[in-house]
This record gives sequence, C-alpha cells and structure tokens, in this order.
Amino acid sequence: MEPAKSILPQGQVKPRRFWSPRRKEALVGWLFLLPEIAGMLLLNVFALLFSLYLSFSEWDLLSGIKGIKFIGLDNYAKMFQDEAIGQALKNNLLYTVFTVPVSIAVALVMAVLIHSKVYGKDYFKVVFFLPYISSIIAIAAVWSALLHPSLGPVNQFLLELGITNPPKWLVDPKTSLLSIALISTWAGIGYTVIIYMAGLTNIPADLYEAADIDGASSLQKFFKITVPLLRPTTFFLFVTMLIASFKVFDIIAFLTEGGPHNSSTVLVFRIYEEGFRNYNMGYASAISWLLFAIIGILTAATWKMRKEDAA
Amino acid sequence: MFAQQLKKNASKIIVTAIMGALSIFFLVPFIWMVSSAFKFENDVMRFPIEWIPETINVVYNFKAVWMGNVPFYLFYWNSIKVALTVTLITLVFSSMAAYSFTKLQFKGRDLVFLLLISYMIIPAQATLIPRFMLIRWMGLYDTHAALILMDMFSIYFTFLLRQFMLGVNNDFIEAAKIDGAGYFRIFWSIMLPLCRPVLATVAIIKFIWTWNDYQNPLIFLLDKKLYTIQLGMALFRDDYTNNYAIMMMASLSAIIPLLIVFVILQRQVINGIALGGVKG
Repeated sequence: MEPAKSILPQGQVKPRRFWSPRRKEALVGWLFLLPEIAGMLLLNVFALLFSLYLSFSEWDLLSGIKGIKFIGLDNYAKMFQDEAIGQALKNNLLYTVFTVPVSIAVALVMAVLIHSKVYGKDYFKVVFFLPYISSIIAIAAVWSALLHPSLGPVNQFLLELGITNPPKWLVDPKTSLLSIALISTWAGIGYTVIIYMAGLTNIPADLYEAADIDGASSLQKFFKITVPLLRPTTFFLFVTMLIASFKVFDIIAFLTEGGPHNSSTVLVFRIYEEGFRNYNMGYASAISWLLFAIIGILTAATWKMRKEDAA
Repeated sequence: MFAQQLKKNASKIIVTAIMGALSIFFLVPFIWMVSSAFKFENDVMRFPIEWIPETINVVYNFKAVWMGNVPFYLFYWNSIKVALTVTLITLVFSSMAAYSFTKLQFKGRDLVFLLLISYMIIPAQATLIPRFMLIRWMGLYDTHAALILMDMFSIYFTFLLRQFMLGVNNDFIEAAKIDGAGYFRIFWSIMLPLCRPVLATVAIIKFIWTWNDYQNPLIFLLDKKLYTIQLGMALFRDDYTNNYAIMMMASLSAIIPLLIVFVILQRQVINGIALGGVKG
C-alpha cells in the first residue's frame, strides 16, 4: 500500500486512482445487473413480502393504505372452511391427473413414432405444434363452438353415431373440467412432443443397432432403451407440467369463469375472483400463499425424488 | 435383405398413415375455424359440415370484426406495441445481465445469480395482488406501461442467455481488451453479434408469449381502446355470444400473425422451445 501517491514531474502529488481496474469491472458488472436486480426486488421480493403481510390482513383496496387491518390468521382459518377453495383444490388436482399423465404418455409415443418411423417428419412437427403456438384464447373460442351442447359439430356427430345423450361438455358441471382438460391437452401436446423429440436425438443410434442384432422387437426396444434413457426428459416434463397445471387460469377465465357452480374453478381463479371482483385483497393474498406453498412443496418434493433417483 | 427392407417400408407407411389420421384431428378445428369465418351465421352449425361454404359472407364478418364498435385493428396495434416493446426490453436487460454473469468478475456476482434463479419458482400468479397494488401506486393502472413493466424482466431468458454466453470463447474478449475496447464496446460489438442466433430465438418466443398473454391485460386494463387481442376476444365473445361466424373470424384474425411467424421461422421456434423447455 506504500506507493499510494506518485510524484508527477512538476512536483505535484497525484492521488492513487480510486477506479482501479478491478473496481471498475465490479461497477460495470453491477450496472449491467441493475435492471434485473430492480425487477427482482420489486416484482418478487417486495411482492412476496407484501402479499404475506396482506394475507394476515383485511383490506378492501378502496379504503386506501390506511384501511389495511391486521386480523392474524383469520384469512387462513376462513380458507379451510371455504367450500369454493376446497372445490378449487380438488379441481386443481383433478386437472393435473387429467392432463399430465395422458400428455406425457401420448406425447412419448407420438415422438417416438415421428422420430423414427414416418415420412414427412417436418409436417407432423408443424401440425402438432400449431395449437401450441396459437393463442389459447382463440383455440378456446373455436372449441367452445365445436362443443356447443346442442348445435356443435362434435355433438351432432355423436348423435349421428347413435349416441342419444351426448355430454353437454362445458355447460354441464359434471364434464366442464374434463372438457377444459381435453382442450388444454390438445393444445399443449405439441410442446411435449417437441421436448421428447429433442431428448430422442440424444440417444445413440448404436444402442438400437445392437438391439437389432440381438433380435429385439420394437416394443422391447421401446421399453428397454427408449423409456429408460428418456427418464431425465420425462422427469423435466413431469415437473414443469405439474407446476404449470397448478397455474392454469387463462382458458378457465375465458371459457367457464370457474362454472357452472364452481365445477371448474381453480386456485388462481379464486385469487382473481376474490381479489379483483370482490376486492378482498387480504383473503386473495392468503389464497396466493396457499398456491405458493403448494408449488414450493411440489418443487422440493420432485427435486428430492430426482436426487434419490440419481443416487 | 430385400424382404426386410420391404417390411420396414411397409411398417413406415402404416405408421405414417396412422399419424396422418391423428394429424387430421389437430388440423380440423383450424379448418373449421377458417371455413366458419367465411359463412353466414345460419350455416355455421349446419350438419353435416359444409367445409367449403356455398354462400359466402366473409365481407360482412370481416367488417364486423375489423370495423365494428371497437375495431380489431386497435387491438392489433395494442398487441404489437406491447409485445414488441416487451421483447426489445427483455432482450436488452437479459443479455446485459447474462454478460455480467458470465464475462465480468466481481464479488457477489454468483450469489445474485443464485438468488435470481431461486426466485424463478415463484409463480407470477401468487404475486398478482401486490403487483396490482404496485401498478396502482405508480399510477400505471389501465396503461400499456403496466403490461410492459410486468413482462419486461425475465429471469428465464437471462438464464438461457447466460448458458449460451458461457460457451463464448474468452479469446475474442481478451483481444478486444488489448485493442482498448471498454466493457460497453465489448458487450455491444462482440458479445451481442456472437449471440445473434440465441437472441433471435429469445425474441421470437418472448413475442409469442406476450402476444398470447390473457391474464395481465385482464387485470391491468380497463379501457377497451387499450385492449390487446386476447382481451379483445373476450369482448367479442360477450358482444356476439351466439354469432359463431364472427367469433371464428375474430379467432382467425388473432391467430394469423403468429401462424405466419411460425411458418416462416418454424425451425427457430421449435428449436427455441426445445432449447430450454420451461415456459414462464
């Protein structure tokens, strides 16, 4: 630290430069990170803490910031007695069960077939991916017309086939959630197929050649080579789809608004309804934390599964 | 040998036929949508379906959608404006952060990165209420700025770009430093050009996601003149509850720009989706 000053020829003393290259690099580094850090602080850190605080409060938004009233655990207590929340939880679970396993199984078979055994691979990739790229709202509008209970082409077709009492799809509480699950599976399966196809290109071809020499059948190859080697892809898809299925909102908000009679309501729709229609900001925040807790637990559980799987 | 080849080809033809049949199931709703958009309302639900309409009412439907009360071109303009702005800002912010995370050395860098990706698991849906409050306090409720602010930070794309930049050879950067280039120069004239393919992918996918978003416009917009296309669709649904011809024209109009982007850039879109996988 001694030569902190240098003597200039004229005899003036020049202080050591504060902006050493290392400091300058650090400053630039933080500057480049600044927008993302600001975004994180505002939209994640602050938002999360504020919603935690609100979840213990009663607040109708219109009364302004002073109207926030601390009420302890009341919102959470209310949540456990709220039938709509129970229904939403049940629907979220059912929706997951309807969509995730089917999508994964069907997409895997489709991907394997497209990958190795068809002419016109690109055509299939594009066609199956078309609904995913299109907006879910436009897709939902088309399907709601197709599934119209009395006039829709789907039911007209079923009547033609001799089915006298075709399901009423979106307007019947018994089938509304299932219909939504069907539409979103149809719309999302192209994504799953594409991810599986990416996974398939990583399986070395000589494994299949060796199996051919041993006289393995196609089914044997599928179950003994393809399925086990695609395990990481399947795991990745399972986790992301599981979490995504708990975030479902757009299609439900557009098609059924959770109805009829809450038969297709889900947690995010409850948050929307309580927060932005009834202005129960505190209660909506408590539901948000329920959602956050569920997603947190699911994420942690699946990561643990994966670690054990790898060990 | 020949018999085996024949057998292989036969099975390939059969599988292609089965998949071809399945692909019809994915195309038919689109074909029905296009065909209905050209029809008179009375013909839309006629059964058996007239795939090629005998009488065409496309001009009327088109006018109803594009020149109605709240015309579609307004929604179009709003969607384009929001999606383009969000995409551009995301590209800048995410690539800046990725550059800092990969090519600059300083204390705390890796900690920030860890924090950032751990926040990736927070679902935006769980912070809707505080986000809404923030927007109101900032006086941005019912503006496009609200949508832009909500979407312009992307931890996910930062992560994706970081992965790519990790692979960029440091020799280029060292050479530029010796030539006297500063950090901004290196970022702008070396890093970004080298990342062009991945930046294009990020841009396309971010654009599509923003274009298709329904939740944020639903919560942050009130004035119909500010509606994006997806929200405009909801307006049409309410205004033309049982007019399916007009609804299908609206759906077609909402999808068409993305279809064009997709058909032109299909390889990039598909690879981009496969690249990182996660949506969000």
